Amino acid sequence: MAEAIDLVRDPWSLEFMRRALLAAMVVSAVSAVIGSFVILKGMAFIGDALPHASFGGVAVAFVLDANLYLGGAIAAVLTAILIGFVSRRGLIKYDTAIGILFVGAFAAGILIISRQNNYTPDLFSFVFGNVLGVSWNDVWTTAALSAVILLLVLLFYKEILFVAYDPSMAAASGLPVAAIQYGLLALVGVTTVIGLQTVGIVLVVALLVTPAATAQLLTRRLPPMMAVGALVGVLSSLAGLYIAYYADVAASAAIVLTATGFFALAFLFAPERGLLWQRRFVPAERA
Amino acid sequence: MATRDPVLPPPSLALEAQDVWAGYNGHPALEGVTFNIETGCLGGLVGPNGSGKSTLLRVILGLHRPWRGEIRLFGSTERPRRRLGYTPQSEQVDWSFPVTVLDVVLMGRYGRLGLVRRPTAADREIAMGALESVRLTDLAARRIGELSGGQQRRALVARALAQEADLLLLDEPLAGLDATSQHDLLALFEGLRQKGKTLIVATHDLSCVAADFDHAILLNRRVVAFGRPKEVFTEELLNATFERHLLLVRLEDRTYVGHG
Repeated sequence: MAEAIDLVRDPWSLEFMRRALLAAMVVSAVSAVIGSFVILKGMAFIGDALPHASFGGVAVAFVLDANLYLGGAIAAVLTAILIGFVSRRGLIKYDTAIGILFVGAFAAGILIISRQNNYTPDLFSFVFGNVLGVSWNDVWTTAALSAVILLLVLLFYKEILFVAYDPSMAAASGLPVAAIQYGLLALVGVTTVIGLQTVGIVLVVALLVTPAATAQLLTRRLPPMMAVGALVGVLSSLAGLYIAYYADVAASAAIVLTATGFFALAFLFAPERGLLWQRRFVPAERA
Repeated sequence: MATRDPVLPPPSLALEAQDVWAGYNGHPALEGVTFNIETGCLGGLVGPNGSGKSTLLRVILGLHRPWRGEIRLFGSTERPRRRLGYTPQSEQVDWSFPVTVLDVVLMGRYGRLGLVRRPTAADREIAMGALESVRLTDLAARRIGELSGGQQRRALVARALAQEADLLLLDEPLAGLDATSQHDLLALFEGLRQKGKTLIVATHDLSCVAADFDHAILLNRRVVAFGRPKEVFTEELLNATFERHLLLVRLEDRTYVGHG
């Protein structure tokens, strides 16, 4: 019994593990809230695009010896706004605009980095994330930015919901639809940058999409969907870090794969909407 | 029918469109559209797909800027947003979105609330009242996507009612509904008209307009004809409106219409 408790407690005796848990839980929770809008609006592609685009900003900041997260954040928000602007012109489709802009910004990042001789692991960690290497400073920055994002969603929930659900009617009601759409894109941008340091560019899209998609299968309204998504994210962080600790595997990948596992469970077993539920009950109804 | 005592003063106008031109990327969708709708009327906006019905509704709502011309609502060029209700085409609504019927109807109150403020108990009461008048009270807590087509249209109308709008613009509310649901919806429109609401219903269903509406606007980029359905639903005018999209068959003194 005591041994079992030790197994549960052991990882958290290490300070870097405690920091990692805190950072991962905060990031995955706020990603699930913003990710709910991302998947409902069919913006999963943009969740993929913004982290890549932010790499361009990270590279510029690296060369200028400025704050890397600030550089990434500026690039992500700028790309988000550009995507909104280009697609609102209506000349090319939304996903085409995303494709062009994010590859462009990502390529710019690679171009800039390729000119640098001191290509350090520090920069490399942005691509694959380094949740075990976050400092207390990173944790507090993450927490503060996440609090701001959540506060904005809470304050403007009504407006974001209306614009996401029915932009024409929202505009007819006099809401500043364009401002709210750009604002939401900017929030997605900032969220992805927060996610960069924990799971990295490649996997941040998973935190935006997977917990929210899991929650969508289990809930019927948006507020519970956000809450359940955040819970799935937090549990994935916790379980993922245990797996990383005991199996000695990459922490960010373990977190994301745990979330994928939760999604698979919901996909199979979700009441009413799960695959097995439908198999079992649909024929019975017909009989 | 809107029969009126000739001694009474002329009725006020809910909507005046004066030589409205509008379009997209240089291609005209509306060419010199002019017509009036009296307050308390049920007007049918009739035309084939691509005839500019939705564009006209968007211009009236102030969502699309006309190239030239003028829209007056209740005698003013200002948009009285609170008095303007709108239900979009069914295909434009995201029915899979995780919102309940009551959530959707409450959105009718959002325009009045202003930024940040939350709907109050009074707003909920008005929303529930609107649901009652479209007979959806029992389904208030359902997900909007779980409703039948006819119930979904009624929910959208309830949203416009929750807004306490006086002029309702409905984009193809009858499309794709079975006869019973169409009948329910038309009865609802008639009830609203009797309460003094003005309704403009975009549709390509001629029989409904012929039977129940006060006015018909035949639209095909320009106004082909405007008047009482009986007067404007002639073979010549309908052919001019629908061009080759319709098949008209005359039998005795009635015109039967099929989509060609």
